[in-house]
Amino acid sequence: MTDYIVPILLLAASLLALRKQENSYDLLLSGAADGLKLLCTLVPTLVLLLTAVTMLRASGAMEAISAFLSPAFRFVGIPPETAMLVLIRPISGSAALAVGADLMAQYGVDSQIGRTAAVMLGSTETTFYTISVYFGAAGIKKTRYTLPAALFADFVGFFMASLTVRLFM
Amino acid sequence: MLMSWIWTGMVAISLIASILLGSGSALSAAVVKGAQGGITLAVSMAGSICLWTGVGKLMEHAGLTGKLARLLRPLLGRIFPAAKKDTALENHLSANVCANFLGLGNAATPMGIQAAQRMARGCNGIASDELCRLIVLNTASIQLIPANVAAVRSGLGCATPFDILPAVWVTSLCSAGLGVTAAWLLGRVWKK
Repeated sequence: MTDYIVPILLLAASLLALRKQENSYDLLLSGAADGLKLLCTLVPTLVLLLTAVTMLRASGAMEAISAFLSPAFRFVGIPPETAMLVLIRPISGSAALAVGADLMAQYGVDSQIGRTAAVMLGSTETTFYTISVYFGAAGIKKTRYTLPAALFADFVGFFMASLTVRLFM
Repeated sequence: MLMSWIWTGMVAISLIASILLGSGSALSAAVVKGAQGGITLAVSMAGSICLWTGVGKLMEHAGLTGKLARLLRPLLGRIFPAAKKDTALENHLSANVCANFLGLGNAATPMGIQAAQRMARGCNGIASDELCRLIVLNTASIQLIPANVAAVRSGLGCATPFDILPAVWVTSLCSAGLGVTAAWLLGRVWKK
């Protein structure tokens, strides 16, 4: 079923646009051009962060951090190798992407750790950034229990990512 | 400023670790290799990012978000009772959730912010329960197609980059569901 969802989505979007008399090809084109601009802003970030992450990996710091946090991670059932990703995911989206890509390259895209990293990246958000953007725009000073609840949601995400990869794949 | 601290911290930790563990030569090689890797990663994601931004624009104009919004209305009314009495708020909320679901981050944030600003009226800078739930829902992304991750996987030579979809759906449903539940429970004990 997952083999068809992407092509079906492509077709459905295009057909719906045509039915509304929208020029679907032009929309795709201008959107793809926007994507290229988005990519240009992403390239410098990826270069810098992948440099830092590769340094962490080569220096042995990444392994040391995983080893240090290993008992806690094993206790809750999250692979300790993903420790760095779990720590950085709520803080910076692009750093998390760099750490995740490093994990996938290091352990293999189809390995359990590579897949867990992918599912973690795909099902969580940059919590701290989101909270500051929304509350900043809405002029909220007292955020009450938002942060604990959001971090709990992140934890559930990391835990379930590890569990679903173990069960489904 | 935050990124400056993160960057400096990562470099500092690498340097200290390499001195302690004696991996100095690997560290300097990693600087060159990492920078190169950044370009490789960006290039391998490029096609996918372009295509999905295009598809995103198409979905927006095709009214796919509007169709989805109608399906979600009953559920949203339960999480955000105030939306039942306020049509504009209801529209912003459903547009925000649907855009997130379809992976249209650029469209989702402005809609979510408008909803948050409407909810924040008369709150005197203190977050209401519904506002907290809105933020928690937005920090626990529910996404149909995580296109960026699929792009990274395919760039690294994965033959079936979308086979993580069921795992991603179950995971994000659980994290959003339990996150909102936690917010709801905390709202009963954590008074203003």
